[in-house]
This record gives sequence, structure tokens and C-alpha cells, in this order.
Amino acid sequence: MGIRFILMVNKQGQTRLAQYYEYMNLEERRALEGEIVRKCLARNEQQCSFVEHRTYKIVYRRYASLFFMVGVDNEENELAILEFIHLLVETMDRHFGNVCELDIMFHLEKAHFMLEEMVMNGCIVETSKANILSPIQLMDKASS
Amino acid sequence: MSGTPSLMESLFQRTLDDLIKGLRLHTPTTTPSLSAFISKSLTEIRRELTSTTASTKSTALLKLLYLHSLHSISASFATFHVIELSSSPASKPLAYLAASLLFDSTTDVLLLLTNQLRKDLNSTITREVSLALNALSVIANQDLARDLTGDLFVLLNSSKVFLRKKAILCLIRVFDKYPDSVRVCFKRLVENLESRDEGVVSAVVGVFCEMAKVDPRAYLPLAPEFFRVLVESRNNWILIKVLKIFARLVPLEGRLGKKVVEPICEHLRRTGAKSLVFECVRTIFGCLSEYDVAVNVAMEKVREFLMDDDPNLRYLGLQALSTVAPKHLWAIQENKEFVIRALSDADVNIRFEALTLLMAMVCEDNVVEICRVLVTYALKSDPEFCNEILGSILSVCSKNYYEVVVDFDWYISLLGDMSRIVHCQKGEEIEDQLIDIGMRVRDVRSTLVRVSRQLLIDPALLGNPFVHRILCAAAWVSGEYVEFSKNPIELIEALLQPRTSLLPPLIRAVYIQSAFKVLAFCLHCFLFRKDVTFSFLLGSLSEEITTGSSDRLRNAPSGDSDGDGSYYPRSTLEETEYDIAGNGEAAGSSHVHTPLASSKSTKSTGDSIRHILNIVETTLGPLSGSNDVEILERVRNILGLVMMIKQEFLGTSSQEGDDNQGNNNNASKIINLMHEAFSEELGPVSISAQEKVPIPDGVVLKQDLEDLDLIYGDIKLPLSSSFSLVKRHSLENDSILTLENYRKDESETEGKPTALSEHRKRHGLYYLPLERKETSDDYPPANDPTVQDNINADTENLAKLTEQSLVFKKKANTKPRPVVVKLDDGDSRSILPKKQEPKDDLVSDAVRDVLRGNEAEPSSSSTAKEPDRASSKRGKEKALVDGSGDPLRIESSRSRDKSSRSKHHRQNKEKKDGSPETGKAKSSSRHGTRRSKNRAEGSANIAVQSPVIPDFLL
Repeated sequence: MGIRFILMVNKQGQTRLAQYYEYMNLEERRALEGEIVRKCLARNEQQCSFVEHRTYKIVYRRYASLFFMVGVDNEENELAILEFIHLLVETMDRHFGNVCELDIMFHLEKAHFMLEEMVMNGCIVETSKANILSPIQLMDKASS
Repeated sequence: MSGTPSLMESLFQRTLDDLIKGLRLHTPTTTPSLSAFISKSLTEIRRELTSTTASTKSTALLKLLYLHSLHSISASFATFHVIELSSSPASKPLAYLAASLLFDSTTDVLLLLTNQLRKDLNSTITREVSLALNALSVIANQDLARDLTGDLFVLLNSSKVFLRKKAILCLIRVFDKYPDSVRVCFKRLVENLESRDEGVVSAVVGVFCEMAKVDPRAYLPLAPEFFRVLVESRNNWILIKVLKIFARLVPLEGRLGKKVVEPICEHLRRTGAKSLVFECVRTIFGCLSEYDVAVNVAMEKVREFLMDDDPNLRYLGLQALSTVAPKHLWAIQENKEFVIRALSDADVNIRFEALTLLMAMVCEDNVVEICRVLVTYALKSDPEFCNEILGSILSVCSKNYYEVVVDFDWYISLLGDMSRIVHCQKGEEIEDQLIDIGMRVRDVRSTLVRVSRQLLIDPALLGNPFVHRILCAAAWVSGEYVEFSKNPIELIEALLQPRTSLLPPLIRAVYIQSAFKVLAFCLHCFLFRKDVTFSFLLGSLSEEITTGSSDRLRNAPSGDSDGDGSYYPRSTLEETEYDIAGNGEAAGSSHVHTPLASSKSTKSTGDSIRHILNIVETTLGPLSGSNDVEILERVRNILGLVMMIKQEFLGTSSQEGDDNQGNNNNASKIINLMHEAFSEELGPVSISAQEKVPIPDGVVLKQDLEDLDLIYGDIKLPLSSSFSLVKRHSLENDSILTLENYRKDESETEGKPTALSEHRKRHGLYYLPLERKETSDDYPPANDPTVQDNINADTENLAKLTEQSLVFKKKANTKPRPVVVKLDDGDSRSILPKKQEPKDDLVSDAVRDVLRGNEAEPSSSSTAKEPDRASSKRGKEKALVDGSGDPLRIESSRSRDKSSRSKHHRQNKEKKDGSPETGKAKSSSRHGTRRSKNRAEGSANIAVQSPVIPDFLL
């Protein structure tokens, strides 16, 4: 599958969201996240957004204090993944209004719902922001 | 539970917000309280999950999810509650989310979800269907996939595009878990390729892209469909995926390449999207590199990438170059400046790529140039990258027996320079290569000795542990090829300098052994070749006597120049000696002068020999009590020699002329023997040499060591003998004590041989020599003679080879390349690349079956399954679904048959061939047999299919 996992990590290296598309137990996840975070956070703005790690390629992008990291297999198109990250951030922006770390923390389930609408089995399924957000807005309406 | 506590709970329950705030109060520095807080929250959550109110439960679940995904808390206890919640409409989204985050294929309650999933998949509310699909795409295991295939099949035709897309992508997992589902769903999946909705096409292409990774050959018949998408679609996501599929198909079918190359170039010229550009470039470089037009267009784009400010594009540009490098070297050479500039890029990844590229373009003509550039960069860069550079230089230059190296003098000096680079940590590799080159390339040995000398005489290098391995090689080389040395005395001093105490024992032992060889060489020269020796011994001695011994090492480089004239390799010594002597005068007159000169010189050489012996004695004397066995042994050897020489030889030299006596006495005989032993050449040994040794009769390798007791009894005897052997050396008390203990242990374990393995572990240190002893004592020296033969044969081959391969490569400005000794069978041929067999994959087998056109198969397999379903509780529902599904399916397949695509003609044709076999397959009811039969069909199918495809394609 193209996308193996998606991580959102803050500047301090704390994971704020973790979505895996292949099974890994908690120990493996924690180790993997630690290694990736260490690698990516050590890099600066002038360096490219791709890091190879184990069998994965990590495509990451920093928005303010938050790193969006996507682990893909070796054949995935890096630039397309960067576009995907941007789409994800724009979608969150539209929903939360200038999304920040706290939004994702306190609405973790919504962030997951958005991802579910966008990615299935590691493949990108929906790229329209309106379509991604409509079920979430419906849910908001129902609960309020 | 009564109503009150649940009311209380829902009123006073901590929300997720409360939990997060609480977590944030407990910072990581106050770790105990953080974990305490978490465990307290967990107890709360456990209690709340058992509540009767759905909202309380779902809040608890929400909190648990948070803790699970961000604090790695196991949530296995909550799985059943997740299933409970999935039935309530309000908490359904959360329940399915939790299922996809918490469940894995081993979760035992997974099957309890089947009914709920089926209900939701058939729901009229789009949202519920979508949620169920989301969850199914993550958690489906074999059972779920089998039971829900029918429902998914219906959804593949859903009028709601939104659901159809998800159902399609869900198939990736379902196919994977339950391959038979391919027979049901594949047809409809392919039909969706023709959908007008881009999202649906994108999903289908995504599925095929995943499936083609396993066995692309199965999807060749679909090439026309993909081709249509490639030409017609303008959606970048879809195009990228289709390109990926073609990247897998083209290598399998050459004519496909001709067909797709034009559309791909078209996209490349047209598109502005960098991601698509890159994908096109990658596809062209990867599998269409024989189409020059395409490669040229792609190169243009790559050049744009390389010049871009964005590091991402530069990185990808370099990466693309490295994929095309093996086939089109010119591509890199044209962009050489970019690549070299990238070596100093701010980004390590880019630097690495540039380095790999640069190494890819190395050849005989440019290796010197490239290495020079690289070493300059290595000096400037950080330790990690510096070593990366050095490592790649070493590996590229040594590849295939130093294939690219023509001027070995240059390469040896490069190795010497490398070891002086501050960050250099490649000691091991350089060590290997120095020794390897010494053995393989005869002509370069004098340079090797010169470079080694420069390394050895530098006391500063001894302080750097990373260089120790290199020094080890240098010491070995100087000892082994001492006849090339200009100044053996200096060499001995360097090998025995006080700072060698910084070396690890094993390397120090090599130093001492080398000093031994040099000493033997000096003595031999002194005794048997006075005419030769005096020239260099005298020269160096006069210098040594005037300067202090501490200065000697520093002055040594200046000694180079006076040594130059008097030094010649051993083989040519005799002739050149005459040449020099007879240079101006007649040969006869020089002979007249010789006795005079030698009598004068023997005194001074005698002094210098005495000087050497004194150095050896004073520096090595203290080491005769060393704790390290290797050092001890060698020191003893060399001291023994020194003693003997002093007693028998030098002691008398002052009274009488030693000319007559020296040749006859004992010492000179020994020296002669030693010299012969040391001057025997060591050659490289083939890796496969061991395999050539025939296994002697009666020796069973890989035998189970059940009869250890028996062997153990045999061990006893040699053990004691080896022990006494050690004892002969005057060891210090403590070491004797440990040996004594060891013997005691040995006698103890005698009674219980089962403890042998444990004992071995504890006393592994002592075991190695012991076992060696055992093989040589107890058993016939099985392999020895054959090994010897082998070595002889090898060396013979070697000699033959060196003579044969005296073909010099003509170079414009350099000297002919020296012979590099290779072994005839190739040292590393033993590792044969394993041919990758196409995976025997159930999914692709099923795909092949479907593509062969047996439309009857899907419906039959579903009807075959129907009875089990009908018997189950949800039978009624199921039958309904199948009832609505079946006619549709047949109808659709018929309508497709009518469509005038040539593909279907072929399929129909094949259907006729295949039908008897499928009929047979149908009749066998057991899954296992059917599968295996299909597999066989599938493999036969490849042969049938491959020639057929292109006809309708082109």
C-alpha cells in the first residue's frame, strides 16, 4: 500500500496523532515514532523533505509548530504525498479555522475522521475538501 | 447497575478535555505523577465503560482512544465495549473508529462485529455504509472478508459514487485476506474503470496499482484499459497511479513500451505539475530508457529539477539520475557540475545522492580526478559524510579486483593520505586493501613499503585508535616485503618505538613479528651478502651514530635521498651492484678493491647489527613477561634469536674476522632457514578454497552432537598435554592459578558431561587451542595434505595467470597497469544471485481465472457458498442480496460481451478452451483442491496469454 502511516508531531517531539495503515504493536510503534521524530526534527528548512528510514520513505512538512509526517513505501511519488499533506492541512484549516496543535489534540477523533475520508487502505480516496468535511459537519450538527 | 450511579457518572464524568488538561498538568519531568494520573484515569475509564448510558460509554471510549494512540496505553480490555457501542446510531462513528484503531486480525471479538457490519453495509443511510466500509478496510480478516464479499459486491455498483469509491478501495484488503472474493468482484471492479467519475477511476487504478505489485503479469490483459486511462485522463492522481502500473507491465511485454512511450512524453511536455513530471521521468528512466527521444525529454526536466531552488526537487533530480546512470552514463557526465556542486549542499541526503552518482561514473580515465575532488570534499565535511566519501572511494576502487585502478602507486599513496585524514574511521577497509594489494600486485610493493614507512615512523598516528588497523597493515607489509625497504634499521626502530604501547595487543604482536622479519633480513644480509648490505647499513648507521636516537625518527625522511641510489629490489641486486661498481672503471679493478672495502665495512655493519640487537633487547626485554599470549610468544621468539646471535656470533666478531666463521656456524644456518621461510611468498586465497577440500571418508559434517559424551572422553587426554605445554612458559603465578582452577573445573565436570556446553561457554577462552590440539592429536590430520595440495595448485594457477594476463592496457599518459593477481575461479563467485520466482499468489491466480473469461465462475462460486450462508442466522438477508446481485451480474457480463472490444473476442475464444477445466474445478467441492488446480492453470496460462496480448494492443 502506498501510505503506511501518518504522524503529526509537535516541535518537542510529542506525537499528536498517529494513524497506521498496517498492523504494528504498541512497542514497535513507539520505537518507530521515536526514531523518525529524531531524524526529522534534526533537519532544517534548507534540507529536503524526504528521509529514508528502515524500509520506509518519510515525507514530512512542517507547518508552524507541527510536523506532518507520512511514511510511504519506496515507490510512492514523494511530490504527490507533499501535495496530500498540504491538502490535509488545508482541510483542517477550513474546519478548525487556522488549525493549531491544540485543535488536533482536543479533537483527535475529528482529525481521524478526516483522515478516514481521505485515505483508505493507504490509497487516497477523496481530494475534495467539501466532501471530506461534510460527514463531520453532519456529526457536529447532530451533537449540538 | 442501578440508575443513580450512572446518572452520577454522566453528570460528573471527566470529559476528554478534562483528561487532556490533566495530562498537560503532569509534565514529563514529574513522570511518576503522570503515570499515576494515567492509571487513575484508566480505572475511571474501565468503570465508565460498564455504564449503561451510551453517552458515558462513548466518552470513556474517546478518552481511552486518546490514551491509546498518544500514550501507547493498551486498550485490549475495551474491545467488547466497542462492539456494544457500534449498534447505537449516535456512537457508531466513534465505535467504528475505535475498531479500526484498536483491533487487529487477532482480536477475538472481531467476528461479533460481522452482523453489525453487514447491517450497516446494507443501510439506507449513506453515512453508516461509509463508516462500515472504513472500518472493514482496516479490520477485515479472512472470516469477515468471506462473509461480507457479497455485500461489497452490491456496493461496487452503488449509485452513490462516494460509496462506490470506498467499496472499491476496501477490496484491496478483502482480496488480500480472502482471494476467492476476486472471482466474485473482479468483473465489476474492471467495469468501474470506465466510470465517468474520476474518483471511481482513481480508486480502481489505486487497487490495481497495489495488486500489480505482487504479480504484474496477471494484469497484462488489462493493458488496453489502462492505456485508455493513460491517454484520456487529465487527473494527476490517476495518471501517477497508472504510470506506476505501466512501470510494472512494460518490462514484461516489450511492445507495450513502444505504445506508451508517446503518451507519456506527451504528458511530460504538457503538464505543469511537478509530481506528474517526476513520475513520468521515473517511468521513462526505469523501464523506457531505450527510447532516446523520451530519455532526452526526461533529461531536460531533470536538469530543471537540478537547477531549482527547492531542495526537494534537487534531491529527486539526483535520485532520478541515479536510476538512469547504469544505462545512460552520459546523462550524469552532462550534469557533472551540478552533481559536484551538490556535494557541498546543506542537506545530507542530497550530498549522499551526489556521492552515489559520482561514484557511478567512475572509470579508468577519471578515477584519479574524481578521487582527488572527493578527498578535498572529505577534508572539508563533517565526520559522518567524510567517512561516507572515504568508504565509497574504497569500495568503488576495490571493486572487481581494483578494476578501475591503473596506477597503483597513485592508489597506494591515496590510501596513505586517507589514513591521515582526521575523521577517517575506515581503518579496517584500508587495512584489508593494503594487504590485499600487497599480495596481488607485485609491482607496487616498493611503493607500498615506502608509504607504510611514512605511516610507521609517525609517532603521532599511534595516538589515534582509528588508524591502528592501518598501522597494523603497514607493519605487516614492511615486514613481509622488507627487501624493498631502504632503511631496515630505521624500520626496526619505528616498529619498536615506545609509543607502540598504545596499540592493542594483537596489533602490537604484528609489530613485533614484523620487527622479527626485518631483523632476520638484516642478519641475513649481513652474513651472506656483505657487498650489498654495507651500502645501506653503512649509510644509515653513520647518520644514527651522530644523531641521538630520539631524533632519528624525525630525521628519517631526509635519509630518503641518500638511500635512493643504493637501493634496489632483491632480484636485481647482483647485477646492479656490478653496474654501479663498474660504472667508471673496468670491472676487474672494482673486484680488486672489493676486499678492501668490505673489510672496512664489516666493522661498521657489525656495529650497526649490534646496535639493532641492542635496541631489540632493550625494548622487548620488559615485554617477556607480558600477559598477552600473542605478544609473549613473539617476544620470546625474537629474544631467543637475539641471544643466539649475540652468543655465537657477535661475541667473537671483535677478536677475529667473522668472514670465514660466519658461514659455518649454527646461527647462520638458522638465519638462512628463516630467511628462506620468510621470503616465501604469501598469495591471496580463494574464498571457495575451503569448498575444494574433499571431505575425508567417515567425517560427517552437520552431525547432531548427541554423542558429546564420547567425544568428551577423548578430549581429556590432549587437554592435559596442552596444559603442560603452556606451563613450560614461566607464567606469572596468578595465571597459573587460573589454569589450575581450570583443570579442577575440568575434573569436576568430568563426572557430569551434560554440563559440558555450559562449561564451554564459561571457559570459551581456553577452548580454541584445546580443540585444535584435539584435531591434530586424536584424529588423523584429515585435511592437511589436501589443503596443501590445493594451495600448491592455487599458486601454480596463480603463476600461470600472472604470466597469461600480462596484457597491458594502453593508456595515453600513464605507465602500464601492473598485473593484479586474480584466482581463476573468481573469489566471490560462490554467492549466486537467487532468481526471484514469481510469487505463487492466490489473488493473481484468481485474477487470471477471471480474465480468462469464465464468467460462469463468479456466480457459481457464490451459489456454491450460498448453502452455508442460508443455513446461518442471517441467511434470509443474504439470499436477498444474492438474489438481487445475481441477475445483475450476469446481465452486466453479457452486455460487456456484446461490446465490440477485441479483448472480449479473445476472452470468448479462451473461454472455450478453458471451460472443460473450469467445469472440472467446479465439480471438486473442496476449496483446497480447487485452489491448487487453479494455480496450475494459472501458470500454464502465462504461456498461453503472453503472445496473445499484443495483437489487440497494437
